[in-house]
Amino acid sequence: MTEIDLGSALVTFMQEAKDLLEEMEASLLALEDNPDDSETVNSVFRAMHTIKGSSGLFGFNPVVSFTHEAETVLDHVRNGERKIDDALISILLDCKDHTASLLEFCVEQPEAEVTDELTAIGNQLVQQLTGNDNVNDTLAIISVDEQEATVESLDDVKDMADSWLISLSFKADAFRMGVDPLSFFRYLKTLGDIQRVLVITTDIPSTDDFDPESCYLNCKLAFKSDADKQTIEDVFEFAADDCDINILPPNSKVETYLSLLDDSSESHIQRLGDILVEVGALTKNDITKALNTQESTEIDSIQGKKPLGEILVEQQVVQPAVVDKALEKQQQVKQKVVAEASFIRVDSGKLGQLINLVGELVISGAAMNLMVDRHGLTDVEEVAESMNGLVSNIRDIALDLRMVPIGETFSRFRRVVRDVSKELGKDIELKISGGETELDKTVVEKINDPLTHLIRNSLDHGIESPEARLQAGKPEKGYIKLTARHQSGHIIIQIIDDGAGLNKERIVAKAISNGIISGEHNLSDQEIYNLIFAAGLSTKAQASDLSGRGVGMDVVRRNIEGLRGNVSIDSIDGQGTTITIQLPLTLAIIDGFMVETWNERYIIPLAMVEECVEMNSGEWEVDEAQHYVNLRGVAMPYLRLGEYFNSGKSSAEKGRESLVVVRSGKNKAGFVVDELHGEHQTVIKPLGKIFENLAGLTGATVLGDGSVALILDVQGLIQYAVRN
Amino acid sequence: MAINVTEQGDSATYIAIADEMTIYTALEQKNELLPHLKPNHKLQLDLSGVSEIDSAGMQLLIHIKLKAKELDNEFSLVQHSEAVVEVIGLFNLTSFFGDPVVITADRSAL
Repeated sequence: MTEIDLGSALVTFMQEAKDLLEEMEASLLALEDNPDDSETVNSVFRAMHTIKGSSGLFGFNPVVSFTHEAETVLDHVRNGERKIDDALISILLDCKDHTASLLEFCVEQPEAEVTDELTAIGNQLVQQLTGNDNVNDTLAIISVDEQEATVESLDDVKDMADSWLISLSFKADAFRMGVDPLSFFRYLKTLGDIQRVLVITTDIPSTDDFDPESCYLNCKLAFKSDADKQTIEDVFEFAADDCDINILPPNSKVETYLSLLDDSSESHIQRLGDILVEVGALTKNDITKALNTQESTEIDSIQGKKPLGEILVEQQVVQPAVVDKALEKQQQVKQKVVAEASFIRVDSGKLGQLINLVGELVISGAAMNLMVDRHGLTDVEEVAESMNGLVSNIRDIALDLRMVPIGETFSRFRRVVRDVSKELGKDIELKISGGETELDKTVVEKINDPLTHLIRNSLDHGIESPEARLQAGKPEKGYIKLTARHQSGHIIIQIIDDGAGLNKERIVAKAISNGIISGEHNLSDQEIYNLIFAAGLSTKAQASDLSGRGVGMDVVRRNIEGLRGNVSIDSIDGQGTTITIQLPLTLAIIDGFMVETWNERYIIPLAMVEECVEMNSGEWEVDEAQHYVNLRGVAMPYLRLGEYFNSGKSSAEKGRESLVVVRSGKNKAGFVVDELHGEHQTVIKPLGKIFENLAGLTGATVLGDGSVALILDVQGLIQYAVRN
Repeated sequence: MAINVTEQGDSATYIAIADEMTIYTALEQKNELLPHLKPNHKLQLDLSGVSEIDSAGMQLLIHIKLKAKELDNEFSLVQHSEAVVEVIGLFNLTSFFGDPVVITADRSAL
């Protein structure tokens, strides 16, 4: 969880920093025309200051130290101690660019040292900013050192032999498996020139343990050949199981690899191994072996796994220079891709339009299917089918565009919890889980207020003061848990606290005094708890700043129901309260299951359909008297949809019937319908105001033939069925 | 009889191997040869009759050489057959054995 948090925080930070830098650039450019505008100077200063602060949070020290210099200079400008002129502005523009590259570097390689190149640019800029010459001196020394170092390593390269280094380490069974090193040597000779062979004889025991049929030989060969690495490796292919083979390319090849690496494409990020294989420095085998080693080595708790490059060098299959170059290349490509693949901010209005259009597309797609069916155009069917596939892909992607993880919303409550618990003198911890659960952005936006309300309620009424908690034998520190998860096409958000729980008597008393229920109520605990969502009911004797005015919970419920969701509350006295919010994932389009009864079509959200049982099969029967349906020995409540929606009338003819088993949470029920039509992509159209209070329906959709089908509120219907 | 052992006085043994030296014969040859490797002794292996030698055979020779060193046995290979010369060459072990190899005229021409 923390990792995810940090990751998303980092993205936010990068975006913010980018915006700030852009603003800074604009301000600087404005300053060129109007150097005396103190507000503009301020905004430049703020940009550097904010970036410095946030970078410190993430531990990006190079950014901090650089922006600090810029900030100091800007502070002087702000105080009028330094005049801003064109020269300074252009330096500051360079500083802006440098800050951007530093940031990018730090985000890409948080652990790495800043490259010399970046340091050099930074030093130069600082020197220009401050007019300090000392920096320059150190810079000169650094660059000299660097040159010497490269010269040395170049000499090394030339000193080494210009041949492949092949190490063969045979396993004991090699001879018995018919592997003979000699045959390799003979074959290698056909590919090139074996310049030197070194047989390591020390592994051959001189004691009586010596088994003449086991292989103790290890060889190293210097082999001069123009063949590429794969060809050479293929020589040993059939012995791969009985021999550990290392092939180190000649140093002359290194330069070829390096230049190949330079020229390789930058279009996409590749893994280090793939890059090296592509230029021929390694074979797939080398990589597999190194990866296995990486897998099997014990994980160092501090350093984590050993980098692949290091292992490859250790196994002597490639020169360090080649690995370095490949890593550098990978980094370049990464940076480029990151630069290109940044986010696009899109007007949510446009996104809404797109989704509306996709909705229309789905409807007309359905219309087309209908036509194809009706006219029996078999040759069109195939085309229509593939178009259907595409349409549903487009639909999914379009809807996905609006999906955002709820974690960000959750994280915001940390502050709320912290502030409020301080204010109330309570010690409360916010636990978050399931922050990666995604749901529609509009839902996320609209759920924020109700959530805030519910959390404030829990903080205020739910969790007791530390003293009261200790008295009740609970830990001093209370917690509120925010969780989110997906369940059958819905998202379930829960707010769980370990507070005192709800006071049943008080709720009942208040409800009676407010006339919500009569004195002789016959309500279950659950129903009593849910009374707090009724208007004008607050159990807190005294209203506080935070909550308790009784205008909250009913608004919360209305908001959530406005999102086609519902909210329920459960509580255990003295142990805490759980508030469960169930919301649809999206507000626009769902996969529906179409049924027909009494010549009216209805849509059941597909995710809630458990199973359909064919008409009049022996598997189910309705017990009219006791009002349940018996499906393969399991009893469950049922509802005749036709009778429910046409109350008062009785069925004209008792035709064939089918049963659709639906499920919501842990409740199941059977809907008895006349006909099953199958899956249907359903574009949800809200019902007009008149139908707002109609129980059992959540919306309507337009079918391909232009008629209207009603979308069932399965949850409400199940509850109705259970009540009866 | 693939091995012809000739005792030369008390402290020297001359063995002519007239067989291939391969994985198939290595175990047998080890068992036959090793008893003749005695401390402070001299052992000469005549390899002129070795028609074929593979890595296992070569490994056996290396083993005997190493063991001989340990036992202070004066061990040498003589009369290398062509096959043996080729393999010793391939393995670059000429200096390891340190025996003079007679290179015949036609062989050196190769």
